[in-house]
Amino acid sequence: MDHPTGKSQARKEEQPADMPKTLFAKIWDDHVVHQEPGRPDLLYVDRHLVHEVTSPQAFEGLRQAGRRVRRADLTTATLDHNIPTVDQRLPIADLIARKQVETLRRNCREFGVTLYDLDSRNQGIVHVIGPELGLTRPGLTMVCGDSHTSTHGAFGALAFGIGTSEVEHVLATQCLIQSRPRTMRVHFSGRLSAGVTAKDVILYLIRTLGTDGAVGHVIEYAGPVVEGFSMEERMTLCNMSIEAGARAGMVAPDETTFEYLEGRPFVPRGKDYQEAVDRWRLLPSDPGAGFHREIELEVDALAPQVSWGTNPGMVVDVTGAIPDPETFDQEADRESGRRALDYMDLDPGMPVQEVGVDRVFIGSCTNSRIEDLRSAARIAQGRRVDDRVYAMVVPGSQRVKGQAEAEGLDRIFIEAGFDWRESGCSMCLGMNPDVLQPGQRCASTSNRNFEGRQGKGGRTHLVSPAMAAAAAIQGRFVDIRDWF
Amino acid sequence: MEPYRQETGKVATLDRANVDTDQIIPKQFLKRIERSGFGRFLFYDWRFLADGSLDPRFELNQSRFRGAAVLLTGSNFGCGSSREHAPWALLDYGFRTIIAPSFADIFYNNCFKNGMLPIRLPQQQVRDLFRRVREDPGYALTVNLENCTLRDDKGLNLEFPVESFRRHCLLEGLDEIGLTLRHEEKISRYEAARSA
Repeated sequence: MDHPTGKSQARKEEQPADMPKTLFAKIWDDHVVHQEPGRPDLLYVDRHLVHEVTSPQAFEGLRQAGRRVRRADLTTATLDHNIPTVDQRLPIADLIARKQVETLRRNCREFGVTLYDLDSRNQGIVHVIGPELGLTRPGLTMVCGDSHTSTHGAFGALAFGIGTSEVEHVLATQCLIQSRPRTMRVHFSGRLSAGVTAKDVILYLIRTLGTDGAVGHVIEYAGPVVEGFSMEERMTLCNMSIEAGARAGMVAPDETTFEYLEGRPFVPRGKDYQEAVDRWRLLPSDPGAGFHREIELEVDALAPQVSWGTNPGMVVDVTGAIPDPETFDQEADRESGRRALDYMDLDPGMPVQEVGVDRVFIGSCTNSRIEDLRSAARIAQGRRVDDRVYAMVVPGSQRVKGQAEAEGLDRIFIEAGFDWRESGCSMCLGMNPDVLQPGQRCASTSNRNFEGRQGKGGRTHLVSPAMAAAAAIQGRFVDIRDWF
Repeated sequence: MEPYRQETGKVATLDRANVDTDQIIPKQFLKRIERSGFGRFLFYDWRFLADGSLDPRFELNQSRFRGAAVLLTGSNFGCGSSREHAPWALLDYGFRTIIAPSFADIFYNNCFKNGMLPIRLPQQQVRDLFRRVREDPGYALTVNLENCTLRDDKGLNLEFPVESFRRHCLLEGLDEIGLTLRHEEKISRYEAARSA
């Protein structure tokens, strides 16, 4: 640690309390319940989010062991992954999906967990409802059986995805056995052009780091670009941290964070709120705090980003062309590149703006919040979806849907020829009936372009909401900067 | 959980990097509420043709890999979704040991919770193992977790790293929830201090 000369000696006695600490370290250290040398820490979990897909076996495990949910009051469940996004009052036609939904209902009743069911105004994608209800707050540890739990780090929380065994562990103990991850700070500088968004920034980062570039690390995003981002943009950024392999993504809480949270249902009010803000102000990384890795990225001239392949690191500028895998340095990358081009049915050298799409999906925990919908609606307004394209908009939550309808965004989308749906994860992972047909090509605001992710044989191109809306209008990818 | 001490098994290869959990177990099988029976869906979209027959082009479908218990594969194995259905499917299919240059964090962690051992080896050693499997149909490895070694019957003897706590839990087949509940008093104290 670099202390100013002369002071380091004087400070030595006070270590470690006086050592500059990162945002991550402050939260981690504050949540250690038990520690012993050579073992991972026992970490307390402040908020556990639960959904229908990764929880049934965990509840069943509790039942078999005769255990209870230790802190049902810190556990919140919703239905999002496998539910239809058409009339949600109808019984789910898929019997296996229906059974899974009913299993969550039964488990929540039996173990006393609050469930935001399909008829609840609070229902939505877990990573959308946590923040909008104020369940997500700075300084908390949060987990969910879902890798995109990293979204909540946008508030200066330590939030990460876990498997079903760990879901059971948290239900039973409200703790997790965790090895302390390493830290990485990513500093974005410059100014984004009009039409270039947080989605483009995170795709660019994954393109730069690779899909395993941040394995074992918690990323703190910093710098003027991030400070200037709204909470929703910060959520998009943190959401896809996992796509770079990171354990979590975080942003230091600031006035933007506090302003977003004030008045939300689960956020304290009045004097309690002020006291909370005073505590939250202590969270940002101290000057001089050390990170295991630091990365600086300049985003001044950043173009809108489009994924071309079958992992989220395979990304190019919209002004660019499909790359030639034979030019890649590593044999493993050349081989993945060839496979990806074959699956995506693309040829090296083809300009991205000549790639046509059949489907457009605007939604997912990455890009289904009100600002995302506003951004897409601005593009859609007064225009028509191309005849060859089927485009759908799936709001992230019932509240987002209500807000969008109050603002008339639904009318804009419907008049432009988009399908306006109920909230859920939908075609981000296609567990419900919203899937691509084999060979269909989709411009998607979601987070993963893996083979078959949106439907067997489907081809996914990851883009921002504005880029997706423009692709729906033009039937191919366009440089959205030309529309501003 | 069944303890993992020493396992000897045939090695199958899947020579690809960045194999994601969506490939290991596609989403249409995540609607099941059981923990068992996922093996028949393992690598479903890669393993099977549209008519439900095995795709002969898929590496793991080679008859020489039938009954394999060790999967040798590329870097960043298990990336993407946190679905624990991925290790459940691999284990149910017969793979208790997975060797790769690197793993995605959540997948790596999920393996240990199911009595499986993911082994990280340097890229060069992994390439050497791929060569050995290519040259010897029926190639088998003995994994000894007590002394953290990998051996074959041709003199190979490699050490592999594994965190001591994870090793301890696997060797003993420990229930981690049970371990944590031993700290019940500390958890309660922590909760009391925070709500004060």
